[in-house]
Amino acid sequence: MAETVFAPWDVPTAEPIIRFRNVTKRFGTFVAIDDLTLDIYPQEFFALLGPSGCGKTTMMRMLAGFENPTEGFIELAGKDIAGVPANKRAVNMMFQSYALFPHLSIWDNIAFGLRRETSDKAAISARVEEMLKLTRLEKLARRKPHQISGGQRQRVALARSLAKAPKLLLLDEPLGALDAKLREATQFELMDIQEKTGTTFVIVTHDQEEAMTVASRIAVMDEGRIMQVATPDRIYEAPASVYVADFIGDVNILTGTVTATGADTYALTWKEGAAPVTAVSETTFAEGQQAHLAVRPEKVAIHTTKPDDVDNLLEGKVLDIAYLGNLSTYHVELPGGQIIKAQTANTRRLSRRSITWEDPVWVGWTKTAGVLLGA
Amino acid sequence: MNRLSPFNVVSLTLGFVFLYVPMLILVIYSFNASKLVTVWAGFSTKWYGELLSNEAFLDAAWVTLRVAVISSTIATVLGTMAAYVLVRGGRFFGRTLFSGMIYAPLVMPEVITGLSLLLLFIGIGLDRGVLTIVLAHTTFSMCFVSVVVSSRLMTFDRSLEEAALDLGASPVDSFRLVTLPIIAPAVISGWLLAFTLSLDDLVIASFTSGPSATTLPMKIWSSVRLGVSPEINALSTIMIGLVTIGVITASLSTKHAALRAKRDEQAAARAT
Repeated sequence: MAETVFAPWDVPTAEPIIRFRNVTKRFGTFVAIDDLTLDIYPQEFFALLGPSGCGKTTMMRMLAGFENPTEGFIELAGKDIAGVPANKRAVNMMFQSYALFPHLSIWDNIAFGLRRETSDKAAISARVEEMLKLTRLEKLARRKPHQISGGQRQRVALARSLAKAPKLLLLDEPLGALDAKLREATQFELMDIQEKTGTTFVIVTHDQEEAMTVASRIAVMDEGRIMQVATPDRIYEAPASVYVADFIGDVNILTGTVTATGADTYALTWKEGAAPVTAVSETTFAEGQQAHLAVRPEKVAIHTTKPDDVDNLLEGKVLDIAYLGNLSTYHVELPGGQIIKAQTANTRRLSRRSITWEDPVWVGWTKTAGVLLGA
Repeated sequence: MNRLSPFNVVSLTLGFVFLYVPMLILVIYSFNASKLVTVWAGFSTKWYGELLSNEAFLDAAWVTLRVAVISSTIATVLGTMAAYVLVRGGRFFGRTLFSGMIYAPLVMPEVITGLSLLLLFIGIGLDRGVLTIVLAHTTFSMCFVSVVVSSRLMTFDRSLEEAALDLGASPVDSFRLVTLPIIAPAVISGWLLAFTLSLDDLVIASFTSGPSATTLPMKIWSSVRLGVSPEINALSTIMIGLVTIGVITASLSTKHAALRAKRDEQAAARAT
């Protein structure tokens, strides 16, 4: 029996929980969000990814109700939310600074939102205990925010924003203040909690690894526009543009003109006098059109002797080696100065490594390894 | 241990001498048995006794206290509101003018403030008395409160208020339950500042008071003009004593709070 894949965005009848329709937001003459249209589905873990100033935080603040769109509209569960103030929205937010109330205990912080909607003490107490248990904070309930560690604060902020069981939870760079190890553990914790509660999460981050780890879909943003919305693997393996390819992970880009050599195979002339590289492409290109070939370093193999039967093979010499422990990235300089990065897993101990600086090497990749991009 | 260098000893001594010798002389002469202020005739506390039976001084002290409490309370409410609007109100028409004007009374000579208030009270036909002094003191001390509170509000993490709104609190609730408790120390020190300013104001009170209301500084000033009596020395000594106790209490409680916060943080560090 095939497992059902969670992909409501591929189901034409699925009702999105959030609809951005031609939303534009201007601050004076600065355009923060530029005519943006986007659907987010219930129970998604949706990541807004982009460099600082790309408009991702503005989108989140518009969802929370701290900003209103200049043009266009936003629907939450089928209703236009323009004019609904922040305190009347079934949306909660986890702030980047956590924004815990310093004068209240952890317990009272979590109960704050519940007390605003009910005076039923037993119900509040039950819900707070449930949240404390979910985030494993039972022992710290009586402490004040300054009496606990950064990771614990982060969990309090999460518990507080989930306490009212919002339809939508917004997370603004939630793990920014944590160190690498704690961050990784917390990412899995977040995914776990998201699955348990079934809440739709929208996370804002500039950390692509974080987005790749937690999200069901990622929107890559730049200058107020969405460059691509897709699942993490599509974003990585099939970026829609050079910008997306370059923003997510490391990539080699060869630029030149294409000639069709088969039904879906193209030869890219990337340098005068050099042999063209071949690539298979789903999209069609016109004869002589300018194109970019994006190849991930881990899909480029490095050889000390010339191998046979490789679709694309280029000769060069090792310029630099970045040793990352588990991986090594070789920067290979081709004649003419172009640099190709090739990444290999260090399956052998360093002392037995055969490639070193200035070595003449061959780098090669298959014709399906890269993506041909128009722009 | 660092030993004090001769230079430090000299500057420390000079500082203390300049600050405290005048007060020390006053305190010593308040225990003088002689009626003549400058002639020492043995130790006595009789001037303190006479002071307590001097109705005029007690009345003046009572007026001063009432004026100080009422005016500093009103000034704190108004000053906090003004600070909130200036820091949080965003851009609105007349904001720059308003923020400039709220600070103007800080640098305005007291004589001018007093005179203009006097003209206003005469103009609108308000009888001068406790009410007019309260109004006058509220007017100038709310600026000080507003300065103290707005400097605290500027460093206040705005996302705390947003978090309160986000969790369903109305704007009023978010101010009452989040902003106010956090800025409370600034509001309290604003109140204390206003209270002190009102207590020792002479100029503005002289302009705005009527025959029915005399504040303590006014009373002291008018009796000194007829010659310094040992009673005044006794009164001043009591005031110095009260201020000293107040300052020591305040600094001890601050130190205590800081120590407790440090202990809490250490406990938190151990727990993780």
